[in-house]
Amino acid sequence: MKEMSKIVRNVTNLVYGFAIIFGFYIIVHGHLTPGGGFQGGAVVASAFALLLISYGQLKVKQILNINIFSLLESCGLTMFITLAFLGLGVTFFYNFLANSGSWFGNMVIPGINPGDMNTAGVLPLMNIAVGLEVFSGLGIIVLIMSGGAEYTKKKENPEDDR
Amino acid sequence: MKKIIFGIAFIVLFAFLVISAINMRPFGNPIFSEMDDYFIENAQSEIGANNVVTSIVFDYRGFDTLGEGTVLFTTIVGIVALFRRLSK
Repeated sequence: MKEMSKIVRNVTNLVYGFAIIFGFYIIVHGHLTPGGGFQGGAVVASAFALLLISYGQLKVKQILNINIFSLLESCGLTMFITLAFLGLGVTFFYNFLANSGSWFGNMVIPGINPGDMNTAGVLPLMNIAVGLEVFSGLGIIVLIMSGGAEYTKKKENPEDDR
Repeated sequence: MKKIIFGIAFIVLFAFLVISAINMRPFGNPIFSEMDDYFIENAQSEIGANNVVTSIVFDYRGFDTLGEGTVLFTTIVGIVALFRRLSK
């Protein structure tokens, strides 16, 4: 992919940081507001796709490393399963931190309340784990498929050195 | 002959669809609502999350989310295996 015009690149410079921050906001506030790990991870991965489209494949591959993404993805899924196993004293997927008074263990008032970040037990940790997995996984897909598209274009018209 | 058989079969199928659409229950009135009432009343005090949907997805139905994560992981492994040679 060739890099796009200067207008597109400048708008990307303005926007992509905010898109990444908004995605992490959705991931971290998954237990209070609509959204969660999957949705926030998709938002972060869309910021990566924006970078890839506007800057081209060669420049983005110097910034975003596929090996680090692969490591993060494995870490996310392992963290999710580990959190599920930690509640094994009662059952698999037992929420052992909820309403315990320690980490993320505050009681919540039933009904309408302003919302407290420090509630909900293992739910925020699981949201972070799933968010890590989803954004790094979709980032891998976008990067690796752009490489495949480049190869196909080179094979179809070899004299066109774009 | 073939067209007549297909036409009759189509009419019968369409009639079944229309009848079931007429007999459909009104929106928002399920037959069994004990599970929904339990979630709505107890999810906030048991799990402590304001977002009841997240508490269902990650706590009451945690196995489903584990399966989703595994499906995503398998998809990415497949795509990387497919495009490995091309993206060097």
